[in-house]
Amino acid sequence: MEEIKQPVIRVRDLDLSYDDYPVMRGLNFSVNKGDIFVVMGGSGCGKSTLLKALIGLKEPDKGEVLYDGVDFWGQDETARQDMMRRFGVLYQGGALWSSLTIGENVALPLQLYSKLSAAQIKEMVELKLALVGLSGYADFYPAQISGGMRKRAGLARAIALDPDIIFFDEPSSGLDPLSGKLLDDLILQLRDTLGATIVIVTHELASIFAVGTSAVLLDAESKSMIASGSPAELLADSKDPRVIQFLTRGRKQGVH
Amino acid sequence: MPLNKLTFEYSSSNTLLAKLSGDWKISEGLPAESEVISQLDGHKDINRITFDLSDIGKWDSGLASFLFHLVRECRQRNVAINHQGLPVGVERLISLALKVHEMTVPRKEERAPFLENLADKILHLVSSTFILLDFLGEIAVAFVRLIKGKAYFRRDELISILRRCGADAFALVSLISLLVGMILAFIGAIQLRLFGAQIYIANIVGIAMVRVMGAVMTGVLMSGRTGASFAAELGLMQTNEEIDALKTLGISPVEFLVMPRVLALVIMMPLLTVYADFMGILGGLIVGSGLLGLNPVEYWQHTQSAVKLNHLWVGLIHSFVFGIIVAVAGCLRGIKCARSAEAVGEATTSAVVSGITGIVIATAIITFICQVLGV
Repeated sequence: MEEIKQPVIRVRDLDLSYDDYPVMRGLNFSVNKGDIFVVMGGSGCGKSTLLKALIGLKEPDKGEVLYDGVDFWGQDETARQDMMRRFGVLYQGGALWSSLTIGENVALPLQLYSKLSAAQIKEMVELKLALVGLSGYADFYPAQISGGMRKRAGLARAIALDPDIIFFDEPSSGLDPLSGKLLDDLILQLRDTLGATIVIVTHELASIFAVGTSAVLLDAESKSMIASGSPAELLADSKDPRVIQFLTRGRKQGVH
Repeated sequence: MPLNKLTFEYSSSNTLLAKLSGDWKISEGLPAESEVISQLDGHKDINRITFDLSDIGKWDSGLASFLFHLVRECRQRNVAINHQGLPVGVERLISLALKVHEMTVPRKEERAPFLENLADKILHLVSSTFILLDFLGEIAVAFVRLIKGKAYFRRDELISILRRCGADAFALVSLISLLVGMILAFIGAIQLRLFGAQIYIANIVGIAMVRVMGAVMTGVLMSGRTGASFAAELGLMQTNEEIDALKTLGISPVEFLVMPRVLALVIMMPLLTVYADFMGILGGLIVGSGLLGLNPVEYWQHTQSAVKLNHLWVGLIHSFVFGIIVAVAGCLRGIKCARSAEAVGEATTSAVVSGITGIVIATAIITFICQVLGV
């Protein structure tokens, strides 16, 4: 008998609010292992709020977030923090700690949660920085490097502990098309080499079609999820004008 | 140039022909659309406006703005506008502007009635008290973990903060406390000279500096200097999602960022205060010996006999409490900062304001307690 595949992330009947205003109601979706799952939607539709609920920064009003079947928000804080150690998060601007060098930024999670010696940590940091193309930048401070490099350094920190799930908040925002493309390639490589499941929150159509294997589209007006499936399928099959509008507007402008 | 750019003709019944001539540019000045409106008001039978732009010179969005407002006004009055004869560019600008205008504009918050406002303010005060208590609780927990050796923060960071709020503030504290000592001596001298008791300036300056002024002045300086910088620093970290990044890694921002700052100020404030006391006494000595002709040795002996250990303890308790107040005010405002440049500015301002207010209130309370205890 075939084993039923358990999704890595499952979201059940999730209600979210921002500053007491409801932004999403009744969200349901699941993400399978190895997926590159894209949360799409226009600005202000609640994408970032959903991300916060997934990574433990904001408790949802109602509903469940399950990781491998374990209710994330149902745990006490210590257990939740243990679960969070499986995540890597790349924030929009990189969110590097500004008083630490790039190397120290990547080293901090390792110092906290690994049993490596100082020399081994140094080697590990070099490896992770090399993976994102930042070899030799370990001693620079975040303020001394460009925005695109800061994002890559943030990614090196996010993958420091070889996470099972990597979250990306608007990975290509603020990057030039070429850097954006490089980051997309990096995301694909990370999935293949680390075997990680990847969740991306974005509205960049180019990225969505380049890397996404499955996706949901959130809609601000109806405060709900209006489509789910692979981006290509959605584009080909969806009858919903809102979905078609979202997915084709870029194409008309020649983005895709 | 006179503004006779707009003339009117009544060529056919019910139709107003507006002739536009000359340059219609923002930099040149423009006729008001009210001129057209007054024509409409004067001739109620008009239900159509046409334009003649054959003599028009250069134009820019000034022309578009004139026509845009006119079109809106005419819509309300059910007067039709004949778009024929308008340049294509202007037509496009107008239709774009009208389209944007038709979009729903979010409603701005209306001013609430007085009582509702008052109630909101009171509720806000109550909730901010709870936030403060919550924050103090978190700091207390962090310190318990520190004592148990479980707290996680970087020693390098603590040393850097110690340097920034201690050594770097040295020059400023020296200058201000020296001056405060001199001012105290001057004020005292004028009164005491009447009784020929100038030498008691040593007592006044010594006791005032050691008991309260040294600590208060250092506290106020540190609030403006260090409290503000804590708020700005943590506020910016909040804006840059650095604090979120700590949380998702399971690091407590209070342990990692707030505790070293509170610790640094609690260590540095008493040290700076003792130093400020000395500088103040030195200031008094300079005025006493330089201007009032007092013997410096005698002055010093008087100071020694007047200032008791009790005074020093009271001063140190002040400085210890001020250290906590300034650090907590700065860190709390910073960490609760919203994510915008304006919010960081607000956080900085309110860190200084609440720091200084806290210092004054604490001084009053400590002074009262000392009075009751007879210290």
